Formats: sequence, structure tokens, C-alpha cells
Amino acid sequence: MRNPLSEKAVSLEPSGIRKFFDIVSEMPDAISLGVGEPDFDTPWHVREEGIYSLERGRTFYTSNAGLKELKEEICRYLKRRCQVEYDPAHEIMVTVGGSEAIDLALRAMVNPGDEVLIPTPCYVSYYPCAVLADAVPVNIELKEENEFRLTAEELRAHITPRTKILVLPFPNNPTGAIMERADLEAIAQVVIEKDLMVISDEIYSELTYSGDHVTIASLPGMKERTVLINGFSKAYAMTGWRLGYAAAPKLILEQMLKIHQYAIMCAPTTSQYAAVEAMRNGDEDVAMMRESYDQRRRFVLKTLEEMGLSCFEPKGAFYVFPNISRFGMSSEKFAEELLRSEKVAVVPGSAFGACGEGFVRISYAYSLKALKEALGRVARFVRKLEEEK
Amino acid sequence: MRKKILAALEKDSRLDVKDLAAMLGEDEVNVVNEIAAMEAEGIICGYYTLINWDKVTEDKVTALIEVKVTPQRGMGFDSIAERIYNYDEVHAVYLISGDFDFMLILEGKTMKDVALFVSSKLSPLDSILSTATHFVLKKYKDQGTILEQKSKDERMLVTL
Repeated sequence: MRNPLSEKAVSLEPSGIRKFFDIVSEMPDAISLGVGEPDFDTPWHVREEGIYSLERGRTFYTSNAGLKELKEEICRYLKRRCQVEYDPAHEIMVTVGGSEAIDLALRAMVNPGDEVLIPTPCYVSYYPCAVLADAVPVNIELKEENEFRLTAEELRAHITPRTKILVLPFPNNPTGAIMERADLEAIAQVVIEKDLMVISDEIYSELTYSGDHVTIASLPGMKERTVLINGFSKAYAMTGWRLGYAAAPKLILEQMLKIHQYAIMCAPTTSQYAAVEAMRNGDEDVAMMRESYDQRRRFVLKTLEEMGLSCFEPKGAFYVFPNISRFGMSSEKFAEELLRSEKVAVVPGSAFGACGEGFVRISYAYSLKALKEALGRVARFVRKLEEEK
Repeated sequence: MRKKILAALEKDSRLDVKDLAAMLGEDEVNVVNEIAAMEAEGIICGYYTLINWDKVTEDKVTALIEVKVTPQRGMGFDSIAERIYNYDEVHAVYLISGDFDFMLILEGKTMKDVALFVSSKLSPLDSILSTATHFVLKKYKDQGTILEQKSKDERMLVTL
């Protein structure tokens, strides 16, 4: 039989820490701090709206770009929260999670050989999506001493004549880093000077704990260069509904929409109706959840500090990214030992790129009770490592 | 800070002050002082435990009682309310807008206990015009808490 597989698909690396995940999946009684999604249920009024849409028999496709009401709500939201104006008819599309929008944006913009800059550590999908789009992904290794922000110098140092796109994943998974206005202004200057495009993945935008999130699209001259990606998963605790969106100049969005039309048709109808309700009446839920995450963030940072695990203060998402390099073991080894001896699951930093080595990602999307118990075990583990040294 | 302390304690009065201080990014001493001040000012009136008595093999019934009264000159409803709320059996007394005046929450061991209280103690009070007793058959949610809550975390153990 001939080889049924595509060389490109085969060339994609499976997650480098598969072994670790295999061990985790065999320990169902472990306490996990490894989850990348909210611990809240979707607010009831939003779920109820989804149920109602089913009762009403709204079980058909929507238009490719999404429900008109939803696109309008998204535009109102972006104006209200991010001070950037989009035209719902031509500049907004609803996608299956933010992840689909990342894929579409890359496929709509790159030609074979174009370079895509990816600040790391970061979420795992940008790199393979760039490869699938025949682009050349280029990692930019961010530094802990810069609080894992991207600096203009780092950006400049990685630009070549083939560079076309910068992926901007902030607030960041796994580091919790954010980019403030001044940081973004410095980046925007280089982007404009070097004529780059930006894919700004802002899925954690509502989980920003020091002032309001700023989108790079709101800076002068940047809207026409930016594909803004966001969604409902993190802000409204709607991960399983699989709903995101992209806001982009018509020129780019038209191409993204074409690919979406052929590959996906439209985002799930039930989810879209629920999302309209989320955007119309969900601001209070978002504020409540943000405050709750923020309290847990402070608690976790304080607890890590007390056990002597150094960690910069992350100001976004729901992760902390402590430095474990002083124990002289790889992050995968650290996570594995922690899991075996104390039954606590954290994610090795190396899962998010080579420069995540020496760190682990701890999620605080858990109840205070679970965090206390799990961090107590981490503290015991750290003490044991220190005694062994 | 007060609002945040109250919001946290309202959900969990057993919250460790040290944890609460860490969560609010405040000094532990300040939080302790603030709580003490709110207790002194009568803002924090007590710390109780939410119990699902249905799961305990002890007889306990709850009744809601609507009460119509004639307000007294110069005293309004307050003095009648006082005569009612001083009974130990009475769990809560609210002055209500609408068709009747007071809503009482009453707890007793048996329905007969409650009925006896209404007929022998409540109804004979001066200025009580009428009462209507409703027994609680099942509590689904109390104090903002769903009593038969699923507590299992259904998320996958690790996701990126």
C-alpha cells in the first residue's frame, strides 16, 4: 500500500511532553493545577439563552460570518472595551474558538517562505499553524527579566526581509505576561517601519489585573495592520461552546471568510445565540470572575513567595510561571517528580517552547480550597528538594 | 476594602484571615482590624453555618407565615414586630410590601409544633388580623447556595 500520509502532517511535532501527559492521565486522583480553562460554569443566563434557542428550533446554519446580531454586539463590545471601531458587515467574523481564527489569519496572509515571528513561551498552536500555511515560524525567546514582555529590540533583532507577520499573544498563556500601552507603542513603531502585519491573540484580554487591557489595533496606524482575535472561552467561561471571533480590515477578512466558508461553514448556531446574551448582559459576570481570579492570583503569588519559589508578578490570564531552575532539573522532570511524590499536576514550561525550560505553569483557575491543598503539597515537595541539595 | 471583605466573608465566613489578606493584597493586621470594626458597628452581625438538615436524621420543619396586622399609632409596625421576633421559634421577620405586612420564617420540630405556635402564640397577639402558614417541603437553594450541588471538577486534568 502507498504511504497514505502527508509529509507536512507527519513533520508536525507532537507535543514534546507527551510522556508527561501519559503519566498524568494515569493518575485520576491527582490534584491538578494544570488546566487551561476557567473553573466557573458559563453564567446561567447565557446557558439559558442557548437552551432557549434550541427550544425555538434555531438549529440551522447561520451566515458564514456569523449572526448579524452577534457581529453587531462584538463591534459594540470592541468599541466599549478596547476603543476600536469595526464595521460589523465587513470587518467581523465569528469563528470556532479563537484557535480557528489564528489558523485562518495565517492562511489568509502568508505565502510560502514568509516568516512569522512568534514570541515564546506561548500557546502551542501558532507554530504548527504557520507550518501548515507553508510559512516559516521564527521564535522570539522572551525573557523573565522583562516580565516576558516583547521589547522593540527583540522584535527588531528577528526581522529579516522575509518577515511578514508578528503574532502577539498577550495576555499570555503560559506566562501571564501582559503588554501595556507603552510596550505596544514601541512594538507598533517597529511594525509600521518594517511594514509587518500583526495577529493579536487577545483571548485573555478580560483577565487583566492592572488597569484595562489595551489592544494594539487601537494605536494609530495599526488597525489596518492587525487581525484582532478574541473569543468567549476565557472571559465568559465558555470554552466548550467553541466560539471566537476575528476583527480585521475587509481586505484580509474577506480571504479568511472564504477559507472559513469552505472548511467550517459557520460557527455553532446555539453558541452564537448564547454569545449574544453574554455580550449584552455579561459585563457583571466578567467583572465578578476577574475579581475572583485576581484574588486567587495574589494568594498564589504570596504562597509561592513564602515557599521560596521565585516568580515575577503576572498581570494577566490565570497562570503563574515560577522559575524552578535552581533545583537543577528540567521542568519536565520537576513536574514529573511533583506528580509522582505529591500527586499535583502542573505543566512543564518546556511544553510552551524551548525558552519555557526552567519554569512550570501553575493555573489558578481552581477553588481556594483546592489551591491551598495543592500548594501545600508543592511547598512540601520544594522543601524536600532543598533538603536533598 | 470593606466591600471586598464582606463579599468574601458572605460566601465563606470560615475563611482564614491570613488567606483573605493575601487575596486582597492587604496587611493581615489591617484586615483583622477592619473585621473587628465592622463587628463593633453591627455591619457583621454573626457567623453561621448553612446546614442541609434534610440529610440529618433530626426532625425539623420550616414554615413561611404571612401575617396581616394593624399598625399601632406612633409605633408603626416596629412594636408588633418586636413582640413577634422575640420568640425563639421565629427565625426571621421581614416587613413586606404587598398583600400582607410581615413574612415570618419559623422553625419547629414538627408541623404540629408550628401549628401550635401560630394558634396559641401568634394569632392571639393584639393587632394581628390574619395569618397564612406555608410549610417548606424541600429546600433547593438557600443563602445563594444550591444544596444538592455537583462538586466534581469535570475539566480534563491538564490542558494547554
